[in-house]
Amino acid sequence: MPRLLLRDRQIVEDEWLYVLEASAHPSAPLIVSLEQWRNEPDTWLARGSRLGVVLTPAERVEILAPDLHHFALLAAQFPGPADGRGYSQGRLLRERYGFKGELRATGYVRHDQLFFLARCGFNSFELAERDLPNALAALSTFTAAYQPSNDQGLAVKLQHQPQFRH
Amino acid sequence: MYRYDLTDKTLVAERVTEFRDQTRRFLAGELNEEEFRHLRLRNGLYLQRHAPMLRVAIPYGMLTSKQLRVLGHIARRYDRGYGHFTTRQNIQYNWPKLEEVPDILAELAEVEMHAIQTSGNCIRNTTSDHLAGVAPDELEDPRPWCELIRQWSSFHPEFTYLPRKFKIAVTGAAKDRAASLVHDVGVHLVRGADGEPGFEILAGGGLGRTPIIGHVVRDFLPREHLLSYLEAILRVYNLEGRRDNLTKARIKILVRSLGIDEFKRRVEAEWQLIRESSLRIGAADIERMRGFFTAPPYRPLPDIEPAAGKDAAFSAWYRYNTTAHKQRGYRAVFISLKKPDIAPGDATDLQMELLADLADRYSFGEIRVTHTQNLLFADVEQERCFELWQVLQTAGLATPNIGTLTDMICCPGLDFCSLANAGSIEVAKLINERFDDYDYVYDLGELDVKMSGCMNACGHHHVGHIGILGVEKSGQEWYQITIGGAAGADASLGSVIGPSVAKHEVAETIAKLLDVYVEERQPEERFLDTVRRLGVKPFKERVYAATAAA
Repeated sequence: MPRLLLRDRQIVEDEWLYVLEASAHPSAPLIVSLEQWRNEPDTWLARGSRLGVVLTPAERVEILAPDLHHFALLAAQFPGPADGRGYSQGRLLRERYGFKGELRATGYVRHDQLFFLARCGFNSFELAERDLPNALAALSTFTAAYQPSNDQGLAVKLQHQPQFRH
Repeated sequence: MYRYDLTDKTLVAERVTEFRDQTRRFLAGELNEEEFRHLRLRNGLYLQRHAPMLRVAIPYGMLTSKQLRVLGHIARRYDRGYGHFTTRQNIQYNWPKLEEVPDILAELAEVEMHAIQTSGNCIRNTTSDHLAGVAPDELEDPRPWCELIRQWSSFHPEFTYLPRKFKIAVTGAAKDRAASLVHDVGVHLVRGADGEPGFEILAGGGLGRTPIIGHVVRDFLPREHLLSYLEAILRVYNLEGRRDNLTKARIKILVRSLGIDEFKRRVEAEWQLIRESSLRIGAADIERMRGFFTAPPYRPLPDIEPAAGKDAAFSAWYRYNTTAHKQRGYRAVFISLKKPDIAPGDATDLQMELLADLADRYSFGEIRVTHTQNLLFADVEQERCFELWQVLQTAGLATPNIGTLTDMICCPGLDFCSLANAGSIEVAKLINERFDDYDYVYDLGELDVKMSGCMNACGHHHVGHIGILGVEKSGQEWYQITIGGAAGADASLGSVIGPSVAKHEVAETIAKLLDVYVEERQPEERFLDTVRRLGVKPFKERVYAATAAA
């Protein structure tokens, strides 16, 4: 059964596969680990499909920066409710490295995290099925914010005479 | 005083709705204990020994009389008629019911208050100098900056799941009354070489298991960069702080393991990339924020000597419980929450309501919470101090002991806290009983006694002139004594005098330490100075020699 996702505010079937899921689907869009990417980039590029990379919390996004043009998707893994490194990874990928593709949160992602994840630039969420019905509402938990950030449509309070905005 | 605008009101109201739903889902079994723990902690809710504990934020210690009345009302309606003021200028309720917490938060939101980020591994309530805006030694009022930090740090999307808790203190005076050197980040308002206003930034201080004095990471930061610089520090910490061991997860451990120079280099490198972002604070923003913290309409009054011709009890109170004010004719007045028969920092519902009324009459309707767990009326006319004292005395709120031995800082300890190893409130009571002679206590002069019920150090024992730490030894409560700690600009960590002592010996041990001081002190020398001059040895010898003889 295909995985369901919240992506760009819609619940959709996931067309992407992780390496372990992809053996029978040689042309499906593929998500590889950073290690797999770095070990054999040519193998993955030769596949000809769209490519994505999933980062563990300890992996630095800087490492990927020179290769970003190869990827249509980047994912950050959240191992549990306490580890917030992925939030920084998301912001850096969007704001510093200008990544425009799908930015996905995977692992421990419940609807209590969605609002902040979206503010850090994530637009795609692998949620447990029981959380899907409430997920869209969770993106509107708050209708304002104090900090300038990636998302649109919020009344942002600390928008101090912007020098530039992403 | 800062007042909420529509954005603040909206955010706090939406948080109540969110937390009400999270509580409902937990009670319905849709969130497990572990999942709910992370969510409730970010709303100040602990599940404690006897009942939940709710910690309510009092940003940089400032309260209006209306807010204090509501805190009193909450104590009566949802708790057992009292609240506990903390060293980080917040208030804790020890007996709320879990299912009623959303209602408490809703009542708080009505008066522009909340419990957001008062616990959990996130940026906590920003604390400051309780004399902000009135201290004669102040360079600049820190509160506009505190409020900017409060807003920036509230619901920060990137920094809500940090490796560990993160505490910021801001001061703008010569004397550090906010213990900023033992905070994760200390912000000091300073002037640059050419008189330009800005900040000195410290990082990596903290108490707990591994007490460390903060290091300077930047001598001078131009003021428009405060938030981007804090963001750089937090980003380095969020990505690089340890997450494999909770006891090594504070920023102080990261700073220590990288070394201050490498930590500075990483923060600086990150900051260079974000300093010109939209976090740069414009001059108009600064002025607008300053507009919330203007001086109240003082009357033109001469300085007088209110104690002249009054009785000795008032004179003692005036000397110890009031302090100099930068406005002629005014004093800042401490309301001591330290009394032999109450837990340090506790106030009842009726006391809170009375103080709210008195603040309206005597201090422009504002009350402050001090780092030392007392309250403060910042702007009292000198000529009305006698009148105010009479009312306070009747209400049991005029214990004349500010800055003395019996003005102890003390955590809730084993009686309330699930982390504690040993009781602290009963020890405070024993110390109060042992030292009930005011003439003796006054003769000892300035003396900070600080007590924690466990090594998490909520009572800041490491930086007490005398520190008391509760430890557990084979199921018994014991107390380790340190001397020579200090929390101000000359911050230092106390040294352990020797083996821990039993509960009934704590007060007597302190008495012996003080005997050495009284015998050895030089004119004008504080206990702390004598310890610094002589070292621990003579104190240690007195305490343990006597024990051996007995």
